[in-house]
Amino acid sequence: MRPSASPAPPVSSDCRIPDGKANQAPGARGSESSASRMRLTTTCFVLLALLLVSVVVAIGLGTAVVTPGDTAWYLWAALTGGKIGASEATTYQIVWEIRTPRVLLAALVGAGLSTVGVAVQAMVRNALADPYVLGVSSGASVGAVGVTVTGGLAVLGVYAVSAGAFLGALAASAMVYAAAASRAGMSPLRLILTGVAMALGFQAVMSVIIYLVPNSEATSTVLYWTMGSFGAVTWAALPAVAAAVLLGLVVLRRYGRALDVMALGDETAASLGVDPDRHRKQLLVLISLVTGAMVAVSGAISFVGLVMPHLVRMVVGSTHARVLAVSPLVGAVFMVWTDLVARTLVAPRELPLGVITALVGVPVFVTLMRRKAYMFGGR
Amino acid sequence: MDLTLDRLSVVTDGKKLLHDLSLNVQDGRCVGLVGPNGSGKSTALKCIYRALRPSSGTVRIGEEELSHLSMRRSAQMVAALAQDGEVELDFTVEEVVALGRTPHIRGNQVLSARERELCERAMEQLDISHLARRGVLTLSGGERQRVLVARAFVQEPQILVLDEPTNHLDVRHQVELLSLLRSTGLTTLVVLHDLNLAAAACDQLGVLSDGCLVANGAPEKVLTPELVHDVFGVRTTVVSHPLTGDPQLLYSLTPTPPSPDGSDTSCPSPGH
Repeated sequence: MRPSASPAPPVSSDCRIPDGKANQAPGARGSESSASRMRLTTTCFVLLALLLVSVVVAIGLGTAVVTPGDTAWYLWAALTGGKIGASEATTYQIVWEIRTPRVLLAALVGAGLSTVGVAVQAMVRNALADPYVLGVSSGASVGAVGVTVTGGLAVLGVYAVSAGAFLGALAASAMVYAAAASRAGMSPLRLILTGVAMALGFQAVMSVIIYLVPNSEATSTVLYWTMGSFGAVTWAALPAVAAAVLLGLVVLRRYGRALDVMALGDETAASLGVDPDRHRKQLLVLISLVTGAMVAVSGAISFVGLVMPHLVRMVVGSTHARVLAVSPLVGAVFMVWTDLVARTLVAPRELPLGVITALVGVPVFVTLMRRKAYMFGGR
Repeated sequence: MDLTLDRLSVVTDGKKLLHDLSLNVQDGRCVGLVGPNGSGKSTALKCIYRALRPSSGTVRIGEEELSHLSMRRSAQMVAALAQDGEVELDFTVEEVVALGRTPHIRGNQVLSARERELCERAMEQLDISHLARRGVLTLSGGERQRVLVARAFVQEPQILVLDEPTNHLDVRHQVELLSLLRSTGLTTLVVLHDLNLAAAACDQLGVLSDGCLVANGAPEKVLTPELVHDVFGVRTTVVSHPLTGDPQLLYSLTPTPPSPDGSDTSCPSPGH
C-alpha cells in the first residue's frame, strides 16, 4: 500500500474514457486476458469436436454394431433425404429412429444438468447444491407422475407431462426456498439440509402415488423416475426438451456476471447493484423450467449437476461466463457415454443412469474434495 | 457529494435496531461510526448500500433520494465493504477486484483496457498485486480484506461505506489503509472498532448506542471519558497525541457495566 501515491479512484463520475482512447495503453494483462479467451475458445472447439465424435460412435454402438462411417452415412442420408438400399433398411431404422433421438437426448440432458448445477451452486452459495440435491428434480418427478396417473392437464396434449414436471419443480423450489429462508437471510447450510429432507419427502410421495395405481409396473416405474433412463425416448419427445434446455443455456449465460456477484454474498451483491432476491427468483423459474423439461423425458438423474461444475471450474476457473460456456459441452459428452454404458454393459437389460453417474460421480467427488489445490466451501 | 441520513429507523421482528438516526457526511469528509457490538452500526451502513430497506426515514446522496434510484445506479455512486460470510467459489484476486466494475458495465461485457489498468492500480495501492493470480480462498483474512477494499476502489464511487475495514489487518496495514482512505478525497462513512484509530483517521465521529446516536462531532469533543464510560462501560484516560493532537484513549482493565438508564423508546439528544 502506498498512501502517498495519487488518490485511488478519480472522484468525478464522468471518468469513462471512450474505449478507443483507452486502448492506447494495453497493459501486459491485456494480452494475457485475450490469450485466456483464445484458450477458452480452443477448449470449446475441442469439446465440440469430441461431442460430435461421441455422438456418432454412441449411435453406432449397441446390440447391433454399426461402424462410425456407416453411422455418419445413415445420418447424412436421413438429413438430406438420400436413398438407402432395401438390405440396409433395418439398420437404418435402428440408427435413425431408435438410437439417434436417444443419444441426442442424452447430450441435451447432460448439457442441461451440468449448466443448471452451475447456476444453482452460485445462486445459493453452496458447492454441494444442484437441482437433485435441493429436491427440485424429485419435485418435478412428483409433478410428472401426478399428471400421468390422474390424466390432468390433458388440454396440453403431449406436453402435459412436461408441464406437470415444470409445475412440480417450481413448487418444490419455492417450498425449499421458503422453508430455508429466515429473517436473517438465507443460510446456505439451511438450504441444503432443507433440500435434502424435501427431496426424500418428494420421492416418498412419488413412490406412494405409483404404488397406489393398480396394475402398474410399480417397481420399474419408481426406478425410472428416481434413477433416470433414456429408454422411452422418441423423436416426438425431443423438441420440447431441446427448446427448454437451449433456452436455459442461452439465458443463463447472460446471467454470468450476476452469478459471479451473487456468489460473493447477498450484501456484497446489493452493494454492486445486483438485487440478489430478484435474481434468485428469476433464476429459480428458469431452473425449474429446464429441470422439469428434462425430468419429464429422462427421470431424475443425480450427480451430474453436482460434479460437472466442479470439474469445469478446476480447468477454467470460477468466472461464470467461462464456466457456463464449457460446462454444457462437458456435461453432454459425459452423458452420451454414460447412456452408452447404461444400455450396453449388461445388454439386453439396461442399467438406470443414476447408478452409473453415482458410480463415476462419487469417487470423482471425493477425490476433488481431497485435492488441496482446489478449494471450495471455505477451507 | 454529501451523504445524508435522515431520521433512519430499522425495525426487524419488533426490535428497533436503528432509532431515528440523522447524520450528515459532508463532501470529501471522513466520518467514523463507533459504538459497542450490536449498537446498529452495520445496520445503518446496510441501508446505504441497499442491502437493507429502512423501515422509515431516508438516505440521500447529494440531493437525490437513494430509494428513488435503481440499485445499479446507486452502486455506481456508493461502494461498500460489507460484512458478508465466506465466499464458496475460489475466484482469483484479480477476478474479484474486476467485479467492482459490475455496476458500470452491461451483462458479460469484458473490461476495457482503461478498466483493467484501474484494477491494477487499485491492487498496487492495496499492496496485493503479487497476489493477483492467487485464489481468494487461499488468502489470509487481512489479505482478503485488502482485496475487498481494492474492489470498492475500482467501483469508482463518490461515496465509500466501509464496515470494519481494518478487521484482520496487522498494524501496518491498518495505518496504511486508513491514510489511503484519507488521501482518496471521497466522502467516507466508516465503522471502526478501534477508537484511537477512529480519532486519528476521521474528521468527525458518530457514536451509536442501542440504535441511537448519542454523540456526534469532532473526535476530541466526542471522546470524553464520561461518554466512553456511559456507552462502552470502560474507564479511560484521554490524552492528546503528542504529535498530532488527536485524542487517544488509555484503558484501565477494570470494566464497569454501563448505567442502564437509556430506555428503548426514545434517544437522548446527541451531545456535541
